[in-house]
Amino acid sequence: MEALDTLLLSRIQFAANISFHILFPTITIALGWVLFFFRIRFAQTQDDKWMAAYRFWVKVFALSFAMGVVSGITMSFQFGTNWPGFMETVGNIAGPLLAYEVLTAFFLEAVFIGIMLFGFSRVPGWLHMLATGLVAFGTTMSAFWIIVLNSWMHTPQGFEMVDGVAFATSWWEIVFNPSMPYRFAHMMLASFLTVAFLVAGVSAFRWLIGDRAREVPAMLKTGVALGALLIPLQIYLGDLHGLNTKEYQPAKVAAMEGLWETDTNVPLLLFALPDEETRLNDLEIGIPGLASLILTHEWDGELTGLNEFVTEDGEVLHPPVAPVFWSFRTMVGTGVAMLLLSWASLWFMWRRRDRHQGRDPGQWFAVEGLPKPILWALVPMAFSGWVATLAGWYTTEIGRQPWLVQGVMTTEMAVADVPAPMVMGTLVTYLAIYAALLLAYISVVIYLARKAAKGDDAPADDMTHSGKAEVEAISPAE
Amino acid sequence: MLPDFTNPADWLPWAFASLMGLSILIYVILDGFDLGVGILFPLAEPEERDRMIGSIGPFWDANETWLVLAVGLLLVAFPVAHGMILSTLYLPVFIMLVGLILRGVAFEFRAKARDQHKRLWNRLFFVGSLGTALAQGWMLGMYVMGLETTLATYAFAALTAVFLAVGYSFIGSTWLIHKTEGALQLKAVQWGKESLWGVVLGIGAVSLATPFVSARIFEKWFTFPEVLYLAPLPVLAGALVVALWVMLRRMPYAEDRRSWLPFAVASTLFALAYLGMAYSFYPYVVPERLTIYEAAAAPESLLIILIGACFVVPVILGYSVLAYVIFRGKATALRYD
Repeated sequence: MEALDTLLLSRIQFAANISFHILFPTITIALGWVLFFFRIRFAQTQDDKWMAAYRFWVKVFALSFAMGVVSGITMSFQFGTNWPGFMETVGNIAGPLLAYEVLTAFFLEAVFIGIMLFGFSRVPGWLHMLATGLVAFGTTMSAFWIIVLNSWMHTPQGFEMVDGVAFATSWWEIVFNPSMPYRFAHMMLASFLTVAFLVAGVSAFRWLIGDRAREVPAMLKTGVALGALLIPLQIYLGDLHGLNTKEYQPAKVAAMEGLWETDTNVPLLLFALPDEETRLNDLEIGIPGLASLILTHEWDGELTGLNEFVTEDGEVLHPPVAPVFWSFRTMVGTGVAMLLLSWASLWFMWRRRDRHQGRDPGQWFAVEGLPKPILWALVPMAFSGWVATLAGWYTTEIGRQPWLVQGVMTTEMAVADVPAPMVMGTLVTYLAIYAALLLAYISVVIYLARKAAKGDDAPADDMTHSGKAEVEAISPAE
Repeated sequence: MLPDFTNPADWLPWAFASLMGLSILIYVILDGFDLGVGILFPLAEPEERDRMIGSIGPFWDANETWLVLAVGLLLVAFPVAHGMILSTLYLPVFIMLVGLILRGVAFEFRAKARDQHKRLWNRLFFVGSLGTALAQGWMLGMYVMGLETTLATYAFAALTAVFLAVGYSFIGSTWLIHKTEGALQLKAVQWGKESLWGVVLGIGAVSLATPFVSARIFEKWFTFPEVLYLAPLPVLAGALVVALWVMLRRMPYAEDRRSWLPFAVASTLFALAYLGMAYSFYPYVVPERLTIYEAAAAPESLLIILIGACFVVPVILGYSVLAYVIFRGKATALRYD
């Protein structure tokens, strides 16, 4: 019982840490590129509105980056404090991948972010632009290596087991494991969508409280257009990722669909309460045959059910069903909301377009066309990317259980023999800190938006409150 | 001390131990001054604090990354040792992590939050820096004591915790002497004089304790001819301490000449002390229990990391130096433009 408690608490602790952590890289990965875009537009047009947009979002970036760094460090230590069995078993594979992340990504980001944040007036313009680009590239590299390792844990290959320890046989196969391309693309798009809706939502908020600075429409359009463009792609990619999962981790797909018995013509369940005791669903509402169609592209295609993953002596080798089932639906539901809202926004903005104002593609859309309810709907959607990303990760990670590395080692095999009360104590402290920081983060983002809307976003005010006299010519307010 | 370079199973662990040792040393010096500045934070006037932050703002993130590299190397090159050390040090590691979290985010929040919250973030910046330093000092003491958990080792760890925190304040003061001017610089000189004892006692305590923890190390220190290898270390360290004291009594020099010198000397002192420790503990990664050869990961995996590291580490060092060059000179309150 003691061991089980430590296991459960350690899992909750790691889940809490990684959930908190992923919020911030999800923002910085794509926001880095969006900032790079703003920076390039400024260099091209010399229009101050792009620099004002850069200046506003770089603050959010700096804050998110710091949150990501400190919560990431926590995890690199927790491998040792809570999960020593992981590295003891698959360290020969995970080790080089993690090392390459630190070497190729962390230092790049950490050094150049200094220049990106504070170097604008100290270095030539091209170097500042390069620094911005390198930070964005670094965050992407970081995501790449982590996704490689994570995907390998889902679809391991390119190794052999000798005396219970994994040894690499082909690094090519390890890096380009079957689920990696799908997961990496899916995560990159998730990051871009998160940022698209964050930028759109915060800009909508600034517009609603009366901020008519010229960068506000530019940012709002950038966000909405990016979201509208990427969400159909993401849905398509998600489908491909699902097909890949069906091939390599059928138990996860069965849990996502809430399918207990192998069957043909499987309905797509819109609602159900999966019950692990009775191994049945209560209150099912579904669309007949649709799950079969989506996953096999035939109405009467056969899907494997969860009961196939119970051994004869009753050992359950499939994930807990309800969390996977509901996380999946949360993710898909959020995605559908994103699709509807971004396309509706685009349509309203297009209706009020003014074709005669020049050839700038921005003129094809007018923010003035957005009705209030749409603007107000965009505001809470600012953090919808977080919801979808977390739900997606819960689907795939809980969906891998009871395995830590699919078919190689279970989660239980990796846990440290730390007394349960100790894990409990640290867990509670972490949770308290994370809750406080999350609250502080969101309120600072809102505060920054309000401050910018008041035209109080002068550059000299960024890191100090002592230099108000130095308010420069580049002011966001017209 | 040198390994057999024809046998990968022999030289790879050695190379990784060296690389890991180097990143810990770089971390201790670089984040040492960041943390030191954080510990000194409450002693400064509010208007001086922005400049203190400005003196470390562009660097702290990269400095902290050396810790990530060090623990990463421990994790990937010596996975068994990583598990053994970190699960024994579960609580101090936790305290350090909380400290690092608070320090890192307070940095950003204090600059962006509304004025009435700035005081809270200032306080958390100090608490985070101090907590991190104390936890690291505690871990240093426990490590020297061979990770034994007895009352005596706890007492020793408590001492090293205080000494390291004061030692970090010292190197932080020397950094501020270089990066500031006027009244703040005078204060930094004063802080330097007042915290030099932490460095002396810290190095002294570790040096005195180390040979008595293990007969093997005692042997290594006090037999001929090994004693000759080690003899220059204490002599040199003593000379550096005296030099620091003399310098600090006269600083700042006219026209702010050689303001970088105390920091350079302090870094050298830290490096010497560290070298002495590394020499004593080698070839053990968990003192007297696990050598780097017993703990090492598979040679093939180590080799693939090393190849990457050979290309990447010089580049990292290159652009890190670039950042210090770009942000050279006296610190001003940081601005995003």
